[in-house]
Amino acid sequence: MTATERVASALVWVFAIFAIIFLMTPLVVTVAVSFGSSAVFTLPPPAWSMRWYNQLPNTRGLWPSLATSLQIAALSTAISLVLGTLCAIALVRGRFPGRDSIATFLVSPLMLPGLVVGIAMLQGFKAVGLREAWPSLLVAHVVITMPYVVRTVLAALSLFDFTLIDAARTLGCSYGKALRKVMVPALAPAFLTSAMFAFLASMDNYPISIFFTDAWTKTLPIQMLQFVEERPDPVIAAISTGLILLAVIALIIGDRLVGLRRLADF
Amino acid sequence: MSAAAASLAPTGGQKDRVAWLAVPAVGYLAIVYALPLVFLLARSVTGPEGFTLSLFVQFFSDPYSWRVIWNTLRIGLLTTLVCLVIGFPVAIAMARAKGLMQVALLVAIILPLSIGVVVKAFAWQIVLRRDGVVSQFLVGTGIWSEPQRLLFTETGLVLGAANVFLPFMILPIYSVVKLIDPRLSEAGATLGASPLYRFRRIFLPLTLPGLVSGIAFVFSMSVSMFVIPSLLIGDRFQMLATLTGRSFLLMRNEALGSTTAVVLLVLAVSIVVASSWLAKRLGGTQ
Repeated sequence: MTATERVASALVWVFAIFAIIFLMTPLVVTVAVSFGSSAVFTLPPPAWSMRWYNQLPNTRGLWPSLATSLQIAALSTAISLVLGTLCAIALVRGRFPGRDSIATFLVSPLMLPGLVVGIAMLQGFKAVGLREAWPSLLVAHVVITMPYVVRTVLAALSLFDFTLIDAARTLGCSYGKALRKVMVPALAPAFLTSAMFAFLASMDNYPISIFFTDAWTKTLPIQMLQFVEERPDPVIAAISTGLILLAVIALIIGDRLVGLRRLADF
Repeated sequence: MSAAAASLAPTGGQKDRVAWLAVPAVGYLAIVYALPLVFLLARSVTGPEGFTLSLFVQFFSDPYSWRVIWNTLRIGLLTTLVCLVIGFPVAIAMARAKGLMQVALLVAIILPLSIGVVVKAFAWQIVLRRDGVVSQFLVGTGIWSEPQRLLFTETGLVLGAANVFLPFMILPIYSVVKLIDPRLSEAGATLGASPLYRFRRIFLPLTLPGLVSGIAFVFSMSVSMFVIPSLLIGDRFQMLATLTGRSFLLMRNEALGSTTAVVLLVLAVSIVVASSWLAKRLGGTQ
């Protein structure tokens, strides 16, 4: 190794350590503030306290918005899983033209500005007379969750050996049983990881949801931003810490199912 | 095709039937997502007397609009630059890292990806305060002589945005760096190439497709961000997305909002299209 290479290599590690600190800063700060006694976000906290967590049960608007977010995320993920998987099977097994374009189209909501997609859908829903918040949110969130499902399930399906199904049928399984016993277990990790990340994307969405909420039906991020604007206090950090915990659990499950390295595949 | 030939190709027929499985998902997105976008575009160029560009003429003849566009592009470029400078070496580190370091890097990159932008932007509001972590650190190391507030400044905005989008720079670069055969560089060294020459002529060309898609991701996301500027810089500094949001949600000015939305859409789509074209070209020349 020459001197230049040694310097370059050292620099790479310095940047890596800096990046780890930089990326983890908001999460660490949030958790620290949520367990601190200071109402003005003093860091490091003068004393540790659970007072912000004790306020959670009485925080107006928090629980209904959490319930709405959970319902919308669960339902939209389920719909996307069914539609997305069927479509992924068609794209992998079919020999029709335009398969690449269809895959790009289904993933494209990830690449466009959420706010613009939200506005377009708002005007579209209005035009067909869909005005109620809850169903509008559900219909919109299927568009948010679909890319995650299609991307992951498509990648897993293109590695799946379909002759295994024929083999199972030769051995006496019915077609349905062959799918259930052979294909579903092989794809289970892909289903679970894509469902998890689709669910989190729906739970966290702001720029599309903002157009479909009203005074009674709000999703959690919308309610949280309202808290931030009205009375910024560490209760918000306590809610955030709950969401961070959810992400940590998802990461651990994802690691067990497919490994951290596969989760980083882009 | 004769009847005999058709009956000889049952698998072909079955595979065509499989195509129907794509219809529900494609139909759903076409109706709920693509069609409204087309209508948004169509309505922005339709007036009472048919085709018109008057909304855009009005928008682009206002000097305030140009300031908003310049704000958007400047913040987008700065954020992308910060992400590139940090992300490129980190992607290399990720491809080389082993053991604990690798786990730490993977967690630090993947975990923030599954945490909402409202959570992270709120955290940056705390970090960027006068008595916040960044100010304490810079005063502690002697770079700053006294604490300063970074919240509601452009520097603070770029810092927060770079933090949120950094994983989208690292991951695409990492995905190409990890495929590079280390023996290529060794071969170059054996043939007498200097480290700098090897980096420029072997390593850089091979990583270019990853760099292009990382830059495109971060740039298109940072020109269309909405929550981050709302929380980190406030209403006095407008970007295309914040102006679009404000027009719809506060000012009830749908004409202005639709115009800025279309400008933003065209900008984002052209970044995606240009970058995928570029990445394909660069990928093809390898």
